[in-house]
Amino acid sequence: MNQASGPEIERLIQLLAKLPGLGPRSARRAALHLLKKREQLMEPLAEAMGEAAAKIRACAECGNLDVTDPCAICASQRRDPKVICVVETVGDLWALERASAFKGRYHVLGGVLSALDGIGPDQLNVAKLIERAGREETSEIILALNATVDGQTTAHFIADKLEGASVDITSLARGVPVGGELDYLDDGTLAAAFKSRRPA
Amino acid sequence: MSAAGPDTPPSTAAPASAAVTRLKLTNFRNYAELDLSLDARPVCLFGANGSGKTNLVEAVSFLGPGRGLRAAGADAVRRHMAEGPADIWAVYAEALTRDGPVSLATGADPADPARRRTRLEGAAATQSELARLFPMMWLTPREDRLWAGPRADRLRFFDRLVLAGEPHHGQTAIAYEKAMRQRQRLLDQWAETGRIDPDWVHALEREMASAGTALAAARLDALVRLQGEIDERPETRFPKADLGLEGTLEAWLAEGLNASEAEDRFLDALAGSRRRDSAAGRSLTGPHRTELTARHRAKDQLAADCSTGEQKALLLGLALAQCAALARARGAAPVLILDEACAHLDAARREGLAAAILEVGTQAWLTGVERQLFEPFGAQAQYVEVENGRAGAVS
Repeated sequence: MNQASGPEIERLIQLLAKLPGLGPRSARRAALHLLKKREQLMEPLAEAMGEAAAKIRACAECGNLDVTDPCAICASQRRDPKVICVVETVGDLWALERASAFKGRYHVLGGVLSALDGIGPDQLNVAKLIERAGREETSEIILALNATVDGQTTAHFIADKLEGASVDITSLARGVPVGGELDYLDDGTLAAAFKSRRPA
Repeated sequence: MSAAGPDTPPSTAAPASAAVTRLKLTNFRNYAELDLSLDARPVCLFGANGSGKTNLVEAVSFLGPGRGLRAAGADAVRRHMAEGPADIWAVYAEALTRDGPVSLATGADPADPARRRTRLEGAAATQSELARLFPMMWLTPREDRLWAGPRADRLRFFDRLVLAGEPHHGQTAIAYEKAMRQRQRLLDQWAETGRIDPDWVHALEREMASAGTALAAARLDALVRLQGEIDERPETRFPKADLGLEGTLEAWLAEGLNASEAEDRFLDALAGSRRRDSAAGRSLTGPHRTELTARHRAKDQLAADCSTGEQKALLLGLALAQCAALARARGAAPVLILDEACAHLDAARREGLAAAILEVGTQAWLTGVERQLFEPFGAQAQYVEVENGRAGAVS
């Protein structure tokens, strides 16, 4: 406990230190910076946080975060309702949206299976996905999960669960990155690239 | 302490093998500060017991993938006397690699000193990248009882040999073990609660099957190359070994099953062993259970039954053969650390060791209490005297 500052500052530092990427030292720096820029930064930030906390909710359909429920993507008539892209987090959804490569709808799982962290199917948004996959309009489920052990385990798990539904189940290709040189790729990526080769 | 480099100027041309050309230590073990300039020749460290020879080669081992030759955590290597902001320890090296000269650094993460971070040319480096650029093998007194000791230690030693030639091997092993631990957790819960989600277990078994088959295939591949190298080598001072890998997956692959057939068969075996694994509290089948076997060819004796000196000579023979096999296959030999390896060798074997190291062209790091142990290297090695956390090149 820092005795040079009051409990208000200590509480602020402790809360900031819980943010991803911040430790106790950087939280202290951030708190001092906020206090120094009270009008330009701290007050607008507090207001923005209050507003976000009050208004933003998870979409009951897909799990995306938005001020409306269903979210703007689920409500949009211009998005293809037949194709659902399954992602781990809203951050992954944003990454795909930035790439503008996908015009269908999403499904945010809210994590991946991890027995060691106590995250099982019940903690993930899987039941809703099975329901959506069973709808007549759905024709394809794209599994866009990370190429980690947990990500791929979750992908296998979902593929097994969706076996009965009459939808195509696909997953993102793995292999040579855009602008990548073969000489610099690791053997696992090269092997994956060969497995998923396609007619040129 | 700074030391001038030896007479031979460091070569800047792309070398055949990885080599450290400058090593800087800060608050590492018993070194407050050290700055050594080197060239690509083997490095012989000599000094009294407890002077810091092993600490120095441990620092070198930190430049490769993994946790170094003592398997130490980031908070274990910090110098005890460190003062003030010097809480942070670091190992910095300039090295010649297959990609040309690079800078490598590893040390405590300033934001969280209990964690270690590794940088390559100033950017975060992955374990696979380190394994590719800076392949490394070591033998320490810990391995003296390897042949008679626990099976898992032998497998770990062999996996390190494999990793020196197959940079992805470490990541595959981690993926396999992670999936295995997760599956075991579910099977343990099954034993406790009677409930299980078969789809979840199956998904993990698929990951285990895919990574496990890759592990076994890489090991078999390395074993074939290594045995080939041993068979072709002229007789040296080091005994030849006949190696074997006894494991279910390795046996299937050796029988001629292709990788995807072996993977499917292993997947079935995992599904069939859930009840047994649940009762046992561990996975009873898989490449984590593989046994590395070795026989002393000339004596037709199991390695474990050989004398201590012969066991050590067999290990040295394996490490040297793997260096030579990799130098042949990739055009570059891994860095080889031999901690206290010369102490138990007779004069003839010390000569044989020097000849083998010089022939492969690896930058070997050797330690010993006296300089005379390294006499067979003559002027073809560089000598560093270590004394109480200080070290300096001597001619």
